[in-house]
Amino acid sequence: MNGSASRSAPLRLLTPLLTGFAALALWELAVRWLAIPPYILPGPVQVLQTLWSDRAILAPALGVTLWTTLEALALAVVGGVLLALLFSRSRLLSAALYPFAVVLQVTPVIAIAPLLLVWLEPGSAVLVCAFLVAFFPVLSNTAAGLQAIDPGLDELFRLYGASRWQRLVRLEAPTAAPHFLAGLRIAGGLALIGAIVAEIAAGAAGQGSGLAWRIVEAGYRLNIPRMFAALLLISVSGVLIHAGLSLLSRLLPGRGASP
Amino acid sequence: MKQNAERRAALVRMRDVALAWGNGVTALDGLTLDVRAGEFLAILGPSGCGKSTALRLMAGLLAPTRGQVRRDDGLTAAGRVGFVFQDPTLTPWSRALANVRLPLDLAGVARAEANERAAAMLALVGLAGFERAWPHELSGGMRMRVSIARALATHPDLLLMDEPFAALDEFTRARLNDDLLALRDQLGFTVAFVTHSSWESVYLADRIVIMSARPGRVLDEISVTAPPGRGAAFRASPAYASQCAAVLALAAAASGAVA
Repeated sequence: MNGSASRSAPLRLLTPLLTGFAALALWELAVRWLAIPPYILPGPVQVLQTLWSDRAILAPALGVTLWTTLEALALAVVGGVLLALLFSRSRLLSAALYPFAVVLQVTPVIAIAPLLLVWLEPGSAVLVCAFLVAFFPVLSNTAAGLQAIDPGLDELFRLYGASRWQRLVRLEAPTAAPHFLAGLRIAGGLALIGAIVAEIAAGAAGQGSGLAWRIVEAGYRLNIPRMFAALLLISVSGVLIHAGLSLLSRLLPGRGASP
Repeated sequence: MKQNAERRAALVRMRDVALAWGNGVTALDGLTLDVRAGEFLAILGPSGCGKSTALRLMAGLLAPTRGQVRRDDGLTAAGRVGFVFQDPTLTPWSRALANVRLPLDLAGVARAEANERAAAMLALVGLAGFERAWPHELSGGMRMRVSIARALATHPDLLLMDEPFAALDEFTRARLNDDLLALRDQLGFTVAFVTHSSWESVYLADRIVIMSARPGRVLDEISVTAPPGRGAAFRASPAYASQCAAVLALAAAASGAVA
């Protein structure tokens, strides 16, 4: 199993890279040969040029969006884990609140955003939107992890008279950790999406803020290369967030409980 | 030897014990059974006859619905009873040594001393040099050895074993049987061993109780006559074969009594 994994690792990295490069080359060639104007479709080279020339506008916007995403993710982790712990301690609480967490999750954030924008100033509304979408996967995965405790280990801890604290630290936390991290990976991507969606919903109200606002603004001005440049930054951010959080799971000792 | 065993104090006395689950299933009804100090007791019975439930009552993990389970005062402190489950139930997030150390950690033994004692116990079960191995790196038999070392880490007076070798291949099982007897001779703990193999029960036990199908109670009891140390010679002897046949007949009668 190890052998095939190490053999396929370069393949798994190389194949999408080559595919992507080929697609970009084709795109660039098509734009040049067919003389497509940049306000319809800019080539990848021009997108990169725009990325550099507009850096004074795009870099702060990237900072705002990333900061919102990380803040929302941090809030989602704290809120999700605490609520999951409460749920694991009280069936009543779980039964009372979990359905509402689901309702909140299945309601599209784009539909909630306008309401939040009425109540809150745009920055906070964007943060709350990103939090709302990131919160649920942390909650549900952590709650599932806390329920995945090996019944034998549970009995063992009782047999040895483990305290609540010992149980939490030595049994519940390590059992739930891989589940929690799986939830965190999903939440990371969703937090970014939530932030972007809310920024777009905020529209002109979010003036001068995140990347999504820059996309909307560039769209009004038919500055398609800048739209692409901002889009590229969002994609790269998403990939980096996912990769960073995936790396965290690898740091788990042993094989974890690998859900 | 046998006479002595009968005069010895009982570590656990179960009198007319019944246990009914919340769903109305009666696991045990009218179980009367002693575990005598120093003996190797095998509890033999068909699947689902409440053998495991009986062990959990002995461990104090369950309370009877009716009847009396009296445990020796010496057994009530944490660590005086060891438990080995059908699965090794190791924590996948810690190495072999830390797994063995768990009961000592829970008892608050200082890390250095706990490490020393856990390493000594690992060596005793034949796993010297595997202190830093992760559970997933070990074979099924080795994982079971770690599990046994963990159960013995606190030098318990009573070791409860719930079909510990059922999932192992025959050769591994035979070796673990021999090693378990050697450990018992060396450390002098009492064993209550649940199995559904009559061959295993005769090879290991001083005394075998045969339980009925659910609701479980003791149908029969047989004392094993064997040379000290047992070993391959005993396994190959006509005395072993004839006692196996006798136990098998009793066990068949036991399940036939209900079927």
